[in-house]
Amino acid sequence: MQHHTISALVENSAGVLSQVSRLFSRKGYNIESLAVGVTDDPAISRITIIMIGDDLAAKQMISQFRKLRPVIYVQEMDAEQSVHRELLLVKVKTETKDARDEVIQISNIFRANIIDVSRGALTLSITGDTEKNNALIKLLEEFGILELARTGIVALERGPYTIHDENK
Amino acid sequence: MKMKSTQALFECLLEQGVDTVFGYPGGTILNVYDEFERNGYGKKIRHILTAHEQGAAHAADGYARSTGKVGVCFATSGPGATNLTTGIATAYMDSSPVVFLSVNVGENLIGRDAFQEVDITGITMPITKATYLVRDASQLADIVREAFAVAASGRPGPVLIDILKNVTAEEVDFTPLPKEEHIKHGRLAALANRASSPLKHPAPKEKDLETLLQLIQKAKKPMVLAGGGIIRSGASKEFTAFVEKLDAPVAVTLMGQGAISGRHPLCTGMIGMHGTMASNVTTAACDLFIAVGTRFSDRVTCDLAQFSQQAKVVHIDIDRSEIDKNVVTAYHIIGDAKEILKALCDRMPQYQHKEWLEQVDGWRKEPDRQRSGMLDPKEVFASIDRQLGDDVIIATDVGQHQMWAAQYYNYSRPGQLLTSGGFGTMGFGLGAAIGAKIGNPDRVVIHATGDGCLRMNGNEYATAEYYGAPVITVLFNNGTLGMVRQWQTLIYNKRYAQTDLDRGPDFLKYAAAFGMPAWRVETAEQFDEALKQAIQCGQSALIECIIDIDEKVWPMVAGGAPITQFLLK
Ligand SMILES: Cc1ncc(C[n+]2csc(CCOP(=O)(O)OP(=O)(O)O)c2C)c(N)n1
Repeated sequence: MQHHTISALVENSAGVLSQVSRLFSRKGYNIESLAVGVTDDPAISRITIIMIGDDLAAKQMISQFRKLRPVIYVQEMDAEQSVHRELLLVKVKTETKDARDEVIQISNIFRANIIDVSRGALTLSITGDTEKNNALIKLLEEFGILELARTGIVALERGPYTIHDENK
Repeated sequence: MKMKSTQALFECLLEQGVDTVFGYPGGTILNVYDEFERNGYGKKIRHILTAHEQGAAHAADGYARSTGKVGVCFATSGPGATNLTTGIATAYMDSSPVVFLSVNVGENLIGRDAFQEVDITGITMPITKATYLVRDASQLADIVREAFAVAASGRPGPVLIDILKNVTAEEVDFTPLPKEEHIKHGRLAALANRASSPLKHPAPKEKDLETLLQLIQKAKKPMVLAGGGIIRSGASKEFTAFVEKLDAPVAVTLMGQGAISGRHPLCTGMIGMHGTMASNVTTAACDLFIAVGTRFSDRVTCDLAQFSQQAKVVHIDIDRSEIDKNVVTAYHIIGDAKEILKALCDRMPQYQHKEWLEQVDGWRKEPDRQRSGMLDPKEVFASIDRQLGDDVIIATDVGQHQMWAAQYYNYSRPGQLLTSGGFGTMGFGLGAAIGAKIGNPDRVVIHATGDGCLRMNGNEYATAEYYGAPVITVLFNNGTLGMVRQWQTLIYNKRYAQTDLDRGPDFLKYAAAFGMPAWRVETAEQFDEALKQAIQCGQSALIECIIDIDEKVWPMVAGGAPITQFLLK
């Protein structure tokens, strides 16, 4: 079982996301993360999916995915040849000055940003790969995480190569 | 050209060469139906009003399967649309091209749980190749053109177009476009340009063919499996030429019946749960297994883990997502069966596998069926064969009679057997038979059914009678849900929960209510005679064959068991 990163260009129209997510649940695929957003072309969205499974399952999933009418192009991204990022927002309990100082220190080490401060809580934002984000969460747990939101992973290939090169 | 959008819709249907539509009207779709009268489209396109939307869906499907054309089916919103769903799923599982068209409530009512509002595009997403919600009249023609192309292309299948009611009242600027030009315009042009476009299938690559030819050359015991893809591709001629050159035994799937003549000496009959001894044992003994246009369903493979383990499995299919889905293959070629088989055949020497074929012939064996003394279903099909032969179309329902229709009849051409293989839809047969008769008025259409199935959708006799589309029903009345009873007998220790059909109707009276002649027969001679009269009478007819309640489908492999482990031999 490995992680597979699958990137797709889809038509930016109503119902596409539900069609994609329903395909995955119907086929019993194990989805770790799903992120979607419009691209530089407003008619096209990009979906990034992290799936857990063996190579055969990933291949199956891609060919099922490709069959959906609104899907323009699908590719699997090589882990080495691509960059992965996810945005994490996390609100941490900081009732004492010590706690606050410590959280700020951790935040600096992780190059996270403090985006909201109040008496009793700090909200951090960090962009990174899943491992880094998970490491931060782990450290913050001891202070008490009040709530947390993450976007899911987005990825692009390294170098000048793009998804459009293949979609020809 | 300025016109009502509904008129543009009919112009689009005419562009596609549609001359028959099956359907059922209702409030929301009234603007569309009005065109049949308002601008006289009813003179160019025949509308068949069925008794039930499910019947319309199966009829459009049967029409498509038996003619190779795209079927068309209309329904209104809400319950009209949901009544289609079993028919849509049936067409989807068997890759039958049908365009379903429904009209939903207007834009001002969408999302308000309006009367007869339902999210039919959402409901049918997993059982269609594509769904379209038309909210903008200017898009309608483009979408209809795309829908037809998608339904028919690649691996065919159903699509659904749902139009909002307000759209059906609008004016549009319609530009006629001959069918051949569609691919160059609008949405279809964009779709055709995609790397993985469903509209194009690349010609087989020389290198891929070469690899397969080498595997064939090395094989000592090759075998071939014919699936429904050969039927959809219209490749039976190329397929037969290929296997003759390969000189290899051929098994067929339920959907592949007619890919090669059942009488062909290389044909070993059906494979799988109710496959022949020869087909199943050959599967477990061959060294090269070439599967063409099939998806290795569980009814074919039986225990997947042990399926043809000793052989190199090669898969030829047009749908990439079928490759390695169920059986992990040694090699595959993606493309149209017709082109690939022809290309292979052209490059292949004539092989001789005399010894291997002799070995296979040794496995050909009639099942040791216990005879009840009552009318034998096998004799019924033999009588149909004697009287109608290769000309007949047989549409079945689902159950034992369906398997008998597959086992006891030698199909010789694509579209001769119409059956719900993938979805196993009881109630498919009569609608499908009517659709087939309307699409093939010169052929006799037999509807083989059971007493359970006929109760489900027998209402469609009204349709057959009204439109002069006679079908001859051969009803195997065993007084039980036979196929389920067979499982109860063999696997559930004869606990017959809810399978006895010791109840009405009297099927002769039922037929009479529709004005149909009907016969009840108990011997092969009586059946012979009844069929002769039924063929002559020129209208729909029913022949009720009284058979034993414990008549069985032989052979049988239990679900999940290895393909050679017969429960009944
Ligand atoms: C719509 C639907 N409901 C239930 C079933 C399950 N089922 C499969 S075969 C069968 C029995 C069919 O009985 P009958 O029509 O009498 O045919 P026979 O098997 O006796 O030939 C049933 C209930 C089904 N396939 N489809």
